[in-house]
Order: sequence, then C-alpha cells, then structure tokens
Amino acid sequence: MQYYKSLATNPAALLSYTSAVVTVIALYLLFTGYGEAFNVGYYLLAISPYMWASIGIGLAIGLSVVGAAWGIFAVGVSILGAGVRVPRITTKNLVSIIFCEAVAIYGIIVAIVFSAKLGNVSPLTFTASHYYTGYSLFWSGLTVGLCNIACGLTVGLTGSSTALADAHDAALFVKVLVIGIFGSVIGMFGLIVALLQTGKAAEFGA
Amino acid sequence: MLSFNVDDGYLEGIVRGYRAALLSSNQYLNLTQCESLEDLKLQLSATDYGNFLANEPPPVTTAVLLEKLTDRLVADFEYLRSNAVGPLAKFLEYLTYSYMIDNVILIITGTLHERDAAELLDKCHPLGFFDSMAALTVATTVQDLYQTVLVDTPLGPYFKNCLSSHDLDELNIEIIRSTLYKAYLEDFYRFCTTELDDVTAEVMKSILEFEADRRVINITINSFGTELSKDDRSKLYPTCGLLYPDGVMRLARVDDEDAVKGVIESYANYRVLFDTSEHKTLEDRFFEREVALNKLSYMSQFQYGIFYAFLKLKEQEIRNIVWIAECIAQNQRDRIGNYVNIF
Repeated sequence: MQYYKSLATNPAALLSYTSAVVTVIALYLLFTGYGEAFNVGYYLLAISPYMWASIGIGLAIGLSVVGAAWGIFAVGVSILGAGVRVPRITTKNLVSIIFCEAVAIYGIIVAIVFSAKLGNVSPLTFTASHYYTGYSLFWSGLTVGLCNIACGLTVGLTGSSTALADAHDAALFVKVLVIGIFGSVIGMFGLIVALLQTGKAAEFGA
Repeated sequence: MLSFNVDDGYLEGIVRGYRAALLSSNQYLNLTQCESLEDLKLQLSATDYGNFLANEPPPVTTAVLLEKLTDRLVADFEYLRSNAVGPLAKFLEYLTYSYMIDNVILIITGTLHERDAAELLDKCHPLGFFDSMAALTVATTVQDLYQTVLVDTPLGPYFKNCLSSHDLDELNIEIIRSTLYKAYLEDFYRFCTTELDDVTAEVMKSILEFEADRRVINITINSFGTELSKDDRSKLYPTCGLLYPDGVMRLARVDDEDAVKGVIESYANYRVLFDTSEHKTLEDRFFEREVALNKLSYMSQFQYGIFYAFLKLKEQEIRNIVWIAECIAQNQRDRIGNYVNIF
C-alpha cells in the first residue's frame, strides 16, 4: 500500500513505472507476432478530418484569447496602480490594451476564415484532400494560437512597464511603447503563417 | 514575472507612485533656505505632503513635525499591508519585525528604569505594534518575558539564542537586541533567497548583505572600550553578509578603529566607507550607500524589493527633513547641508 501511495505523489516514479509497463506490453505484442496490431497509421486515418479541423479552429480562437486576456490584465492592473497618483496616464495607456485586443482579433479572423472551409461530406467518401484540409487546419490553428499567446504576453508585460514609465516621466511613454509595438508584430507573423499553411487546403464538400 | 501582476501589480503601481513623491534635491535646497519652521511647513505643503500640518496649533515644533511625518509613512505602509495577499503579505510582515524588536527593547529598558507604562507604549513605533505589547511592562527575566508574551508573537523563534542570559542590565539588553536582530536578518535573508522568486532574491540579497555588513562594522566599533568579550562579539555578527566568513573572523580579533579600516581595505565595495574627506562620518557613508542600493531596486519590475526600498527611503527622507528642521529651529545653519540626497 505504501508503494502505491508513493507512486501517486512522486511523478517521476509514476512515469518510469508506466513506461516500463508499456514497454513490456509492446515487446510482448512484437514477439508473439501481433506487432501489426500497433497500427498508428490506421488509428490516425480513423479519426475524422472534421475532428482535426474543428479542434484547429477551437485552438485558434481559444489560445489567442488566452494570450490577449493575459496581456490585458497585466496592463490594466499597472494602469490602475500607477493611475492613483498620476491620473493623466489612464487614457493614454489604453493604447497598450488596444494592441492586446488586436491579438484576439487575429485569432478570430483565422477562426472565421477556417470555418468557411468546413462543409458537408459523407464519411464513406473521405479523400486525401479532405484529410489534408483537416490536418492543415489543425496545425495552423495551433500555430496562430501559440503565437498569439506569446504576443499577448509580450504586449501585456511591456505595456505594464510602459504605464509605470509614463507615470514616472511623460517623455518616456512613446519610447517604451515602441517596444510593445514591435512585440505585437509577433502575432501578425503567426496570422500570416497560419493563412499560408491553409492557403492550399480545399474546402470540404468539393 | 508572468503572473506577478495578478496579485501584486496594483500595489507595485501604488509604491512606484509613493517613490515618485519622495523629495528631490531641488526641494531639499528650497527647504534649507527656509527662515523658520512656518516657512518649512509652507514649502512642504507644495510637495506631496500637502496640508498634513494644517490642523496643528502653531507654533510648529520639530517633535510635532516628526510625529506627523511618521504618521504619513505609517498610513502609506498600512495601505500596502492591508491590500497585500500571499507572499507579499508575508514579505511586508517581515518588514515590521525590526520595528517590533525595537519596541520590545524600548519597553524592557523603560520598565527597568521604572518609567510609566503608558508613556512607554506611546513612544513605540506604530509599525511594530503587536497585540500583547502592553504585557511586556511586567518584565523581570528573559525567560519570564518569553514564556508569557513573546512566544506567541512572530519574534518567538528569534529568542532561541538569548534565553540563556540571566539578568536584564544595560549591556545585556543591548546584547539581546543584537542577537534578536541577527536572528531576524538571517531569517529574512533565508526567506528572500529561498521562498520568493529570483528577481526579488537578487535585489534583496544585495540590500540585506550590506545591512549585515553594516551591523558587523557597527558592532565592532561600538564594542571598543566596553566589557563585551571578543567571543561574545563574534556571536553577535550576522552571517549573511559579504564579510562572512573571513572578514568576520578578522574583525572579531581587532582592538581599534584603524585595525577595522585595515580589514575593510581588502573589500573593494566597502573601502569608500572609511573615506573621511568631505566631512562625512562613517554613519553618513552608510546611509549614502543604503540609499544608493535602495534606489537601484526600482530599476527592476515584478519584484518585491521596491516595497522594502520605499520604507527605507521614506525613513531617510523623514530623517533629512527633521535634520533640516532642527538646524533651522536651533539656528545652526553651517551643518544644514548634512542630509543624504535621494534623487
């Protein structure tokens, strides 16, 4: 009983135990002639491309919004704190929040463009083109989502520094804001790459 | 850094606002040119202090000025403390422990000299209040004090090393104060470097190491000519500074100030402390270096060092204003420039 309890609390032990069990099962199947049962390719093909495409669209908008929200709360809190003594900064620093919001907009653009590619196809007639669309929508969605988390974080944390620098000395505002502007370009990169990835993907229903 | 703003971003903005309100060197020059304390009050009303002396009956004395300045500091700090959560709340609590130690020693000393209990409680620093403070006035021995009052306070663990001293006399009380402060400094150092994030650790490390070394040098110099043995002296040295272990070992054996200077010569950062040009004493140099280190903490964002630095810089500002006020009140303007400029 002590042994199983210690497994639950120690992740390294749990990992090594699980991988040992998996290796034993895999080798058993291999050596008794059932190696073909471990068919990764069949498993992947058995997943409908609708699933890949829809998850991709969900990741595109979901992860982008996480990045944007993270950035907005980081900026907003600093504006509130610094604005107590220096109320003049509150209006000007909303521009940092707008840059964070742009990150969420990239995500929604991608999600709308991708969802236009979804259509009605019977599962018995999935072709290679449908699988291609499914996979490319999934990975593009992931691309734009992760890029936008990074972008939202960047713009948010530098926006927080911008608010504090502006409160200290008004001449610093534009200079520190430029850092955030360069950061917002990261999200743009993600958007462009995602659209390029799905450029050749044909619509479902064709 | 990524989630710092969740709990502590608002207070960081507030503290940076407090820091921006500290008086600059120009404002200090204006204060030095005041003719009387009424003038000083007028000059201060143009700063962030505003009309804080407005309800005081004239004439304004330096005692009243000091009391009101301290009240402002306490109000600012209490605002931070009441809005803090999580590790920041614990950090701010640690900051109050040094004032608690001062209050405990003040009450014990006062009780020994048979002063009035209410008068003693009045003189205590407001940031160091804890609930059972009034019960300290019935102090007889350290064991008694500890078992009735101090074991329940946050200072309880720091008394481990001084429960062995028996009588409460003058020398012993100073030794108790130094032992408590050593335990507190080492505990605070451990807290900052192990339980908080790296940026705070880096900032607080340099500040607390200097504080420890400052204690070492002060204890050494103050112990010349007293009955404190060299062994006892080396037991009072905090171990979290740059001078530990070899500087501390050498300083434990010196007998006069020149020898202290000789030991410190080999430490490049501290060499300038003993530079006696420009009529600056060792104390002045210590304050200057402390102000420089505290100012530096504002260069990093997303760390707690700025809260500690705000407290110390504001205290330095209060010391400066009161110094200038005293020079004006006593009409001794030749040393009015002896304050430490912050910005």
